[in-house]
Amino acid sequence: MTKSTAGLSSPATQRNINQKKRTLWWCYLFVLPNLIFYALFQGWPIVINWYYSTLDWSGISSNKTFVGLDNYRHLVADPYFWKAFGHSFLFMVSTVPILWLLSLLVAVVLNNPLLRLAKFYRTLFFIPVITTTSVIGIIMVFIWSSDGPINFLLTRLHLIEHEINWLSEPGMAMIAVIVTYVWKNIGMNMIYWLAGLQGIPRELYEAARVDGAGPARTFYSITLPLILPIGLVILLLNTAGALKVFDLVKTMTDGGPFYATDVVSTYIYRYAFSSEMGLPSLGYASAAGIFFAFSIILVGLLQALVRKLASGRDTKGVA
Amino acid sequence: MRTLLRLPIHVLLLLFGVIWVYPFIWMVSASLKDTNEFFTDSLNLLPASWEWDNYKRAWDVGNFQFYFFNTVIITITVIIIVLFITATCGYALGRYEFPGKTAIMLVLAASMFVPLEFSVIPVFELIKNMGLLGTRTSVILTEAGGGHVLFVLLFVSFFRQVPKELEEASLIDGAGFFRTFSSVILPISKPVMGSVIIMQFIWTWNSFLMPLVLTLSEPRLRTLAVGLYALRGENIVDWTGIAAGGAIALAPIILIFILLQRYFVDGMAGAVKG
Repeated sequence: MTKSTAGLSSPATQRNINQKKRTLWWCYLFVLPNLIFYALFQGWPIVINWYYSTLDWSGISSNKTFVGLDNYRHLVADPYFWKAFGHSFLFMVSTVPILWLLSLLVAVVLNNPLLRLAKFYRTLFFIPVITTTSVIGIIMVFIWSSDGPINFLLTRLHLIEHEINWLSEPGMAMIAVIVTYVWKNIGMNMIYWLAGLQGIPRELYEAARVDGAGPARTFYSITLPLILPIGLVILLLNTAGALKVFDLVKTMTDGGPFYATDVVSTYIYRYAFSSEMGLPSLGYASAAGIFFAFSIILVGLLQALVRKLASGRDTKGVA
Repeated sequence: MRTLLRLPIHVLLLLFGVIWVYPFIWMVSASLKDTNEFFTDSLNLLPASWEWDNYKRAWDVGNFQFYFFNTVIITITVIIIVLFITATCGYALGRYEFPGKTAIMLVLAASMFVPLEFSVIPVFELIKNMGLLGTRTSVILTEAGGGHVLFVLLFVSFFRQVPKELEEASLIDGAGFFRTFSSVILPISKPVMGSVIIMQFIWTWNSFLMPLVLTLSEPRLRTLAVGLYALRGENIVDWTGIAAGGAIALAPIILIFILLQRYFVDGMAGAVKG
């Protein structure tokens, strides 16, 4: 009570200003820890990577020689790099559309409020998402092996005549990794789609039913246009995720057989941390990372461009 | 009639559901077979002998006792750090106006486009220069590293909608900035904290590349995700032991997910909506 009357006098105003200043300091103090973790482990690496990429440097001794753009020159001249580069994009192009469409289908089915056990199914589809990718990769080595369950199922269904050595045949290993990746990540997309679907007002569906629209018509005229914005975000997340794939490839095939599943991340790992190439070359590996990061940014820009063109056409259509 | 029509959907969903969890069931059953049965009858999901010895072998000989302990310590510490730094950051950003705030928001948002994967080499060098290579701290710090932009945004949007009167009352009562935050604000943000805890739990528990690189020279500090990979590299024929190791690595995360999945799903949905 006394405090509120004192609030009018001038010492109190002074105290008010002091308190404001103190609050300001507290604010900076509160954002600081997160910014430090950000600067050290995300900001600094971006800056220093450029420098690293110009060095001939094993990382073991402190011997660093500045070599300018030599690392990049060697990189673009290495057929194995381009092979890995191609695999990364092949992996993206084959996983993203399947993931995107299949998860949408599952989400639409599970979103039906009349469907019983929807929550139970959702949990089932989601379990691969939350489990450790490197552990999955190792278990999958057996699941895909010549006397494993996949071959058993396919021969039983007479889809193949003889067992396939999925992971040791260069033409087959990539397929196995792609299928496993889709299996593992579909639940993630499903949750994203469900979030979008649940944002659509129920009245719209009821109105459509009153107007006599069937399920297909309702989907095309109501559901699809309303969830497309989230669909684009999902597309972006999926693209970035597929290009970054490492854990699954490393543990399932380690880039093999004969580099048939080697992607950029396993290529970089080999040069930076593995002894199979002799002394590590951190500078060269950094250059590969930067080169690839720029390719991804390029893809992102292209996607944004397409998105812009598409939305431009949309608004014209509405007008 | 309508229920009848829905029957095929259920059959289809159940079929796919079984395919989706089959590898896990296979893993558990393989972890309970003896080696002979594993190779002669690998597809039978009901083990004939129940060899609990596989678990004992993975735990003692396979060093999973260390890996499990490391993973638990690392995961818990990382969660505490991340929870603290994102809640404080989100509180200041969501609640107060101060010079530089917009810039900080922009810098954090930009981090969404920076893949953490390409920072492996610089982070490894940083840890080395800090003299932390070969310590558990190195894994903890790198796992807690980054901008955590999703978590910060979750806290920001939550704190924004808390009525101002709540803090004012506390400030008038003489509590300071930190006291107000810790005893008034934090307790009501439990739903967001739940999302952050479960998501960070899953990410840290499953993290592979950074712990792999940081423990290359210190096998005792491996996490479960790295440990199973190492076990397979060292002992390629012990498939039943590997299956047991996999079950040890996955059981806690599946259990916790099933218990707390609401928070996880909410957090994930927030990620794509925001």
